[in-house]
Amino acid sequence: MEHILNVKNLHVSYGVVPALRNISFHVDEGEIVALIGPNGAGKTTALHTISGLLKPKEGFILYEGRDISGIEAHKLVKESISQVPEGRGIFPILTVAENINLGAYLRKDKDGIRRDKEWVYNIFPRLKERMNQVGGTLSGGEQQMLAIARALMARPRLLLLDEPSMGLAPVIVEDIFKIIKKINKENGTTILLVEQNAQMALTASHRAYVIEVGEIVNEGCSKELKKDDRIQKAYLGI
Amino acid sequence: MFLQQLVNGITVGAIYAMVALGYTMVYGVLQIVNWAHADVLMFGTFIGLLLTNVFHMPLFAMAVLAAAFTAALGMSVEIVAYRPIKSGNRRMAVLVSALGMSTFLQNLAQLVFGSSSQPFPTIEKVTYTIGKVTFTNIQLIILGITAIMLFILYMIVYKSKIGIAMRACSVSIPNAKLMGINTNFIISLTFGIGAFMAGIAGICIATYYNAVYPTMGYLLGMKAFAAAILGGIGSIPGSVLGGFVIGIFESLGAGYLSSGYRDAYAFIVMILVLAIRPSGFMGAKHIDKV
Repeated sequence: MEHILNVKNLHVSYGVVPALRNISFHVDEGEIVALIGPNGAGKTTALHTISGLLKPKEGFILYEGRDISGIEAHKLVKESISQVPEGRGIFPILTVAENINLGAYLRKDKDGIRRDKEWVYNIFPRLKERMNQVGGTLSGGEQQMLAIARALMARPRLLLLDEPSMGLAPVIVEDIFKIIKKINKENGTTILLVEQNAQMALTASHRAYVIEVGEIVNEGCSKELKKDDRIQKAYLGI
Repeated sequence: MFLQQLVNGITVGAIYAMVALGYTMVYGVLQIVNWAHADVLMFGTFIGLLLTNVFHMPLFAMAVLAAAFTAALGMSVEIVAYRPIKSGNRRMAVLVSALGMSTFLQNLAQLVFGSSSQPFPTIEKVTYTIGKVTFTNIQLIILGITAIMLFILYMIVYKSKIGIAMRACSVSIPNAKLMGINTNFIISLTFGIGAFMAGIAGICIATYYNAVYPTMGYLLGMKAFAAAILGGIGSIPGSVLGGFVIGIFESLGAGYLSSGYRDAYAFIVMILVLAIRPSGFMGAKHIDKV
């Protein structure tokens, strides 16, 4: 079977500073795949290169068999790739409803949009209560929910999540990951997840890759990785 | 006298407000100050003069066409002078490019239209008097046009899908891209809308003072920029308020103190307000949520 996303020999640098060195990984349809690793390893860089915010220096990003490396971010949204940015990235001056509408910015099917709005408000009832509040007045957890809801409004086949646990209380992190798993299971949305919280990421994902200083140092089934000695020591604090 | 100066102040204030909006909208989206803004305005006003003198267009058709030209010029300035260098964090380069564009446009205008002040076609003046206050039909038309422009702007920015996209860009260009927003298009549009209003303002002020000249943008632009800063740059309602405040203080100062310092009052007000409220009347306060 062809991978929905296949990243091959990717090199990305900021000016002369290399951030990713020869990274290859893939995601299959319906999977949750996690990229874990310490701060500054290049996880977000990898995500930004896939979503088109950064251009690779070398390498390919095959999405549904087509090379998308170097295509601008706003065009990739049309190809059903949606990213939830690091630190939520909601628009605090816009209302919750306006944020949600922006998720469907490129869609023209009014009925579909209305149905999807009902669907995301169903997943996140808190957002429905706060529809007319501006995003900046939401709590951190609610903002993360809004960011995910907004991304879902684009009807992504591939959902990229950048540190969904960042800056949130542990209870809320658990809620968010439950929802991520639910979206994957019920909707079949393929998810690529970047996380520093390895414990959460390995529990929620099917497979994972470990990135350190711009290179993939380990990969495998998440259940197996969780038992790996080195990973337990470095990331799980066991 | 107070009411008379207030009426005059509100009239010029309306013009400052329309010009200030161009500064504030561009700053809101790109966090750069478009120093060529007022010179784009001047150029558009000259085009208005050309349309009247050469093509004998009626005033209102001329104003709309000249403003459309101003919008196109404003968008071209962005494409030529800002877009190639704004990628990356090169604010100083953008600033120099903006000043260069400003100088270029002023000199081009001197070359093409001559450096002297030229009379601007106006409409027949009708003066009304209520009590001790006199005002003209031109003042009423300027206020009417400003009200219409502000209403249209409000509908675009706060009620339309494009407006939501503009406000999203003002928060974060990368995050706006992730929504599928063509941010370059939105930036272009922002320059275009700002310059269109500046074009209308240029025609208004040229009609009001019956003059157009290549350096007319300098002081007008500085005062409008002061108005934008005063209101809190990036804030649309703030800039409108700032425009009126500057216009009114300028007129009152000229009337009560000395008209010789007319051009200084705008900046005195700006300095005083910023000393107390550095972010302006309605400037954005930044709060990080955890």
